Amino acid sequence: MKRRQFNLKLAGITGLGVGIASGLIPISALANWPTAAFDTETTEDAANALFGGAEMIETDAITFKAPDIAENGRVVPVNVNVGLNSIEEIALMVPENPAPLVSTFVMSNQSNVAVGTRIKMGKTSPLVAVVKADGKVYTATSKEIKVTIGGCGG
Amino acid sequence: MAIKCKAKMKDGMVEVKALMKHEMETGLRKDSKTGEPIPAHHITEVVCMHDGSELFRCNMGPAISKNPYLSFTVSGPNVGDTLQLSYVDNMGESDSGEAVVK
Repeated sequence: MKRRQFNLKLAGITGLGVGIASGLIPISALANWPTAAFDTETTEDAANALFGGAEMIETDAITFKAPDIAENGRVVPVNVNVGLNSIEEIALMVPENPAPLVSTFVMSNQSNVAVGTRIKMGKTSPLVAVVKADGKVYTATSKEIKVTIGGCGG
Repeated sequence: MAIKCKAKMKDGMVEVKALMKHEMETGLRKDSKTGEPIPAHHITEVVCMHDGSELFRCNMGPAISKNPYLSFTVSGPNVGDTLQLSYVDNMGESDSGEAVVK
């Protein structure tokens, strides 16, 4: 509860940051960590903070490689393959985490990119990827990853 | 504690794999003895440079696992080129590493 209040306050303070992230300045020109996006509590808010509320297109071109059951939520290996052209940014999210945005990968005009990392998951959740490519914003959701031991706090 | 990294040419794309040593503290955990919250301490940015320009950047949140592993594919560098990787965390600490594309 405390954390929630703190975040709400922080959201107020970083209102300016949201303005910047919403497209007044291109994200690539901003070498700063997107604080506002990492502080959001829903995937929609995180996507809006990153991509300025652009319409998201569901696509099959984004595929995930992740375990069906993650026994330890502290270390879940995930791979995201994006079969699109002119990719600028890939955002990886776990909707059920306290802060859904896990990481963003920024590049310039790459095609068919694969990124992989190991993430923490609080509880059973699918993965969501939001990709900015060729001026459009695409999204895809993975199948659910079952987590038996959570990896957030405790 | 340099960043361990490898870069390999595969089907015209360079596949980079990197392993960093970092606690990646979320800020949500509490000290089991005192009950005091443990402050967040995690990597925020990992940057891969090639030939003086930024090739790839990863903004990490606290939800990346301890001792982060990162892999990505990029096109651009050729075999024999050197890639520089570096990270910065939210407390201003940094580290770097290099890999030659094989």
